[in-house]
Amino acid sequence: MFNGEELSKIKQNRESWEEKVLNKSLAKAPESKQEFKSVSGAVVNRLYTPEDIADIDYETEIGYPGQYPFTRGYQPTMYRGKPWTMRMYAGFATAEESNERYKYLVSQGSTGLSVAFDLPTQIGYDSDHALAQGEVGKVGVAIDSLKDMEILFNGIPLDKVSTSMTINAPAAVLLAMYIAVAEKQGVPADQLRGTIQNDILKEYIARGTYIYPTEPSMRLITNIFEYCSKEVPKWNTISISGYHIREAGSTAAQEVGFTLADGIAYVEAAINAGLDVDTFAPRLSFFFNSHNDLFEEVAKFRAARRLWAKIMKDRFKAKSEKSMMLKFHTQTAGCTLTAQQPDNNIIRVAMQALAAVLGGTQSLHTNSRDEALALPTTESVTIALRTQQILASETGVTNTVDPLAGSYFIEAKTKEIEEKALEYITKIDELGGAARAIDLGYIQKEISDSAFNYQMEIESLERIVVGVNKYKVEEGSPKGLLRVDPIVAEMQKKKISEVKTSRSNEAVQEKLSNLRKACQGTENVMPHILDAVKEYATLGEICDVMREVFGEYEQAVLL
Amino acid sequence: MKPIRVLIAKPGLDGHDRGAKLIARALRDAGMEVIYTGLRQTPEQIVAAAVQEDVDVIGMSLLSGAHNYLFPRVVELLKEQDADDILIVGGGVIPDDDIPALKEAGIAEIFTPGTTTTQMIEFIKTNIKR
Repeated sequence: MFNGEELSKIKQNRESWEEKVLNKSLAKAPESKQEFKSVSGAVVNRLYTPEDIADIDYETEIGYPGQYPFTRGYQPTMYRGKPWTMRMYAGFATAEESNERYKYLVSQGSTGLSVAFDLPTQIGYDSDHALAQGEVGKVGVAIDSLKDMEILFNGIPLDKVSTSMTINAPAAVLLAMYIAVAEKQGVPADQLRGTIQNDILKEYIARGTYIYPTEPSMRLITNIFEYCSKEVPKWNTISISGYHIREAGSTAAQEVGFTLADGIAYVEAAINAGLDVDTFAPRLSFFFNSHNDLFEEVAKFRAARRLWAKIMKDRFKAKSEKSMMLKFHTQTAGCTLTAQQPDNNIIRVAMQALAAVLGGTQSLHTNSRDEALALPTTESVTIALRTQQILASETGVTNTVDPLAGSYFIEAKTKEIEEKALEYITKIDELGGAARAIDLGYIQKEISDSAFNYQMEIESLERIVVGVNKYKVEEGSPKGLLRVDPIVAEMQKKKISEVKTSRSNEAVQEKLSNLRKACQGTENVMPHILDAVKEYATLGEICDVMREVFGEYEQAVLL
Repeated sequence: MKPIRVLIAKPGLDGHDRGAKLIARALRDAGMEVIYTGLRQTPEQIVAAAVQEDVDVIGMSLLSGAHNYLFPRVVELLKEQDADDILIVGGGVIPDDDIPALKEAGIAEIFTPGTTTTQMIEFIKTNIKR
């Protein structure tokens, strides 16, 4: 970004500063460590100067927001137009209780809904299944049939809110239920806005709520892409997630590399299924983690945007700029929350939220202080939401677009993360793509190694975690944690049997049989799932039909 | 002396295995023989694996909140198999208030967030029943 003459002068002056100023200072007072490292373990230099960004071309690499390569943001005015969507991930116990929490969040200024489902729902088991024992309503809301979904969104106008659903293996079923509820509210599918996570590859890698083997899972995903491009055009059909990869212990560069490698696999699958890249790519969205290292995280978000734009343009020959824009949701890093001195987590979350905003996120979930202990209480969730509102309304960080651009450090770091991420993508390409790299255990092993190193650094005090390995205090047990009453499981079982006696079982069987045929053939399964859902076939019944045809994924157990 | 054998298990539907894998590796580095079950194990599968592998210790990791049901169920099944000489420990997102009842049920120790692998290794070495 500087001409040769300027650069050689800068170099000369830097060397003279080192000799006359720095070395004297070091001789008197040495630095506290030999080497300084980011949270991801990347070396951080003492000082960054124009020399570190000399080979970055402003016009082609940094550019302008809302324009290729989108380094500075996916949209030209960013938060000057409107702030990010404050989207708090919530859901627990029954649909009734979760519905109340959503209404509360909206009344407090939350601008988007985000549904957390319990594990049986995420793995396609009804609440009365043997494997659901002990898990019903625990980490999210239990949804067994359209009945529950009607209760969940009761009194919430689906033409007004946008809803994100963290659902993967059975994403098609939950999306169908959402479409059916909207229809009952009189809202046509083409008015619906929201996101389904629908990212199976990261389930195999890091999150664990898979059902079917890779191939049929990829087919379900491309069926959804195709269906939504025609019927639910405003819906984000996938949220390609680095969040859980980071939570599992990856570094920032691995988070970008592995997530974009998954993204590449979805784009390839859709193209192979005969879809034109520009019909589905604009509806792809991403989901990243925001960890503790403020500058590293800002650089990470910027690097991800730039790299994805290049991939879509150069590798997939996308023509529409909308296909090249990486838009993303962010959640603060759950793995950084400590059970010790939980109020300190409020500060961690605030810093992480700041990084997400400086990195240009489109929506944000801020974690609550008590989440290392249990699901958050209403009071804790309110503080987390207020944190976002303070950032948006009081700090002034929203006044200008991409405020950290041009920082020697941030630009150098953005480039470094982009390059490291691309190395991972190249390696995964050599292995035969993301799905193959997962089967081989390559991605999982890389993440576990990073996680292990991180833990050892904490144990050796090389890495300080306030309240955990330094600044410790004696504490009593935290009081007032949210608890899910085990009665929830009984209530869900009762609702299932009521549904099964009041519906037409004949119609259900017919629709399930149509679905079975569609699964065995090559037809799009979405319309059949929607038909079955409308007859109140349960989630478990629908997922079981697909289990019969598709089989189940077998996890490679690796250490 | 023959090395301590440990089964690291993930009961229930929870997919968070960062902790389980990390501990498996740390115990292995400490000279123990470690078997890791992988995700989504029923209590029956865990007990069968423990008996078959003739382990000294079962370590269960669970972050979903289903511990009050799943942990004691494993102890119960071990007793039925006369395998209650196995030391059972657990960890995860477990509220303090749940710990007394879990210990009462036969879980020797609950390791909550912030516990070091060194502390776990020490606990196992001091408490194995042989």
